[in-house]
Amino acid sequence: MELPNSSLIELVYLAAGILFILSLKWMSSPGTARRGVWAGEIGMLLAVCGTLLHHGIVDFRWIAVGLVLGSIIGARLGQVQMTAVPQRTALSHAFGALCVTLVGTAEFYLRSPDISRFMMAVISLEVILGSLTFTGSLMAAGKLQEILPQRPITYKGQNFVNLALLAIAVGAAVVLVLNPGLTYLFPLILALGLTFGVFMVTPIGGADMPTVISLLNSYAGLSAAAMGFVLDNKLLIVAGALDGSSGFILSVIMSKAMNRSFTNVLFGAFGQVQAAAAAAGEAKPVRSATAEEAASILSAASKVVIIPGYGMAVAQAQHKVRELYDILVKQGVDVSFAIHPVAGRMPGHMNVLLAEADIPYDRLLDMEEVNPEFPQTDVALVIGANDVTNPAARTDPSSAIYGMPILDVDSARMVMVVKRGMSPGFAGIDNPLYYMGKTLMLFGDAKSFVGGIIRELSGGGHQ
Amino acid sequence: MSDLVSNLYVFVLAGFIGFEVIRRVSPLLHTPLMSLTNALAAIAVVGAIVLAGEAKSTLATVLGTVAIVAATSNVVGGFIITDRMLRMFKLSKQKP
Repeated sequence: MELPNSSLIELVYLAAGILFILSLKWMSSPGTARRGVWAGEIGMLLAVCGTLLHHGIVDFRWIAVGLVLGSIIGARLGQVQMTAVPQRTALSHAFGALCVTLVGTAEFYLRSPDISRFMMAVISLEVILGSLTFTGSLMAAGKLQEILPQRPITYKGQNFVNLALLAIAVGAAVVLVLNPGLTYLFPLILALGLTFGVFMVTPIGGADMPTVISLLNSYAGLSAAAMGFVLDNKLLIVAGALDGSSGFILSVIMSKAMNRSFTNVLFGAFGQVQAAAAAAGEAKPVRSATAEEAASILSAASKVVIIPGYGMAVAQAQHKVRELYDILVKQGVDVSFAIHPVAGRMPGHMNVLLAEADIPYDRLLDMEEVNPEFPQTDVALVIGANDVTNPAARTDPSSAIYGMPILDVDSARMVMVVKRGMSPGFAGIDNPLYYMGKTLMLFGDAKSFVGGIIRELSGGGHQ
Repeated sequence: MSDLVSNLYVFVLAGFIGFEVIRRVSPLLHTPLMSLTNALAAIAVVGAIVLAGEAKSTLATVLGTVAIVAATSNVVGGFIITDRMLRMFKLSKQKP
């Protein structure tokens, strides 16, 4: 039996959809994850080749131009440094949303005004979600790349202005659905969506980026699913739903780790003005130590947990940390790493940075795994992390981060903190961990201080 | 209308599958997960291909071509970087 083209394409899409689901299933563990990438690639290749059989396609020139140009740009973007992965991810959310918005716009003008109400509603949803994700993701990428100021920009009535913008866009879409003849409303909806995206991300600071990237991921997926409804393409609906639910799950995990309610996240009210930075207060005494002292304490320990924060990546210290790990392991010390969910600039970012430095992934422990181990830990070595180790989150209801899940570093037998100075962390909150009797402050740049410890350990020898 | 309902079925069921499958992904791999799902969602390129190839209007061809560029860069870039990241994850040789 000979199948007509359209049924053949549908079957190819079905196969691609199955491969996409398997692809995500194999992502569950590092052992099978690369197989997952292959499954995704094969599915994608099948779907694109199948689409080229579409009987409506009469001209392949522009398709070829687009595919070649996109491949060149994509190949370049695939080569970025691992520290730049968050901005590349934000940029790719922007590109995905751009594609969805452009296709939605074209579909509107091709079909208008003979569009059913339902279709008009879906196209409007597609374009609103797509356009706000496009500009919002560009803003996020700009902040992560530090082209735009990292600090949250807030003003009075900001939430009101933002919600009003979104409400007008939705209102205009409703009017358009009821009166499909009012085509002039469409550019207005598009412009409002683009503006809202900019305003939505403006108040968000660098520390909130893991949440906002996940949320934009979810929006990008949902807009792709909406596009699937418009084009009556089930594969696109499946891929959009998978992407949307992935972003949604990551947003929930990140908002829990940042101690923010989910509604807070959904409406983008991230960057509420932080509680005024802890007043300078009385200068409390801290104990500090030299690299030599730190080295002798570390080599006498039998169990060490290293707590890396984004400060470590900023100082480019991860390769020095790997050297330290190697030396300590060689001396028979049990060394592992405690990774807080928001340790990097996007979900899982810190794991990638440490894996890049050749630290084996079975030594990277997440918060639930590592917290019960701290009481048996001789030395907890904090490098470039601050708020995620702050015991005030557990004990001080007046603290701005009270209730945030933290790494229980303070229950280790001894704590060492590598830090440039006593300035408070990103959230401007003082950390009582630094004033505890068992804490030693190691003042200096993370890279050179860890380098100093390594010199002591390898030069002095260990008895 | 039956198209709508069956599409809605597909959306809801795929959402459930996504939720159950992605819940099991180790936090270790959340960054590659995001770049992979991003590449998969760039399957939107198939819509752009049809749009650019149907040559129904100049506007549609132009928008379609730009959309192909944007989505293809996600497909290619997303798969490349996901694979690069996954190749870096190694087990320790001497388990303590």
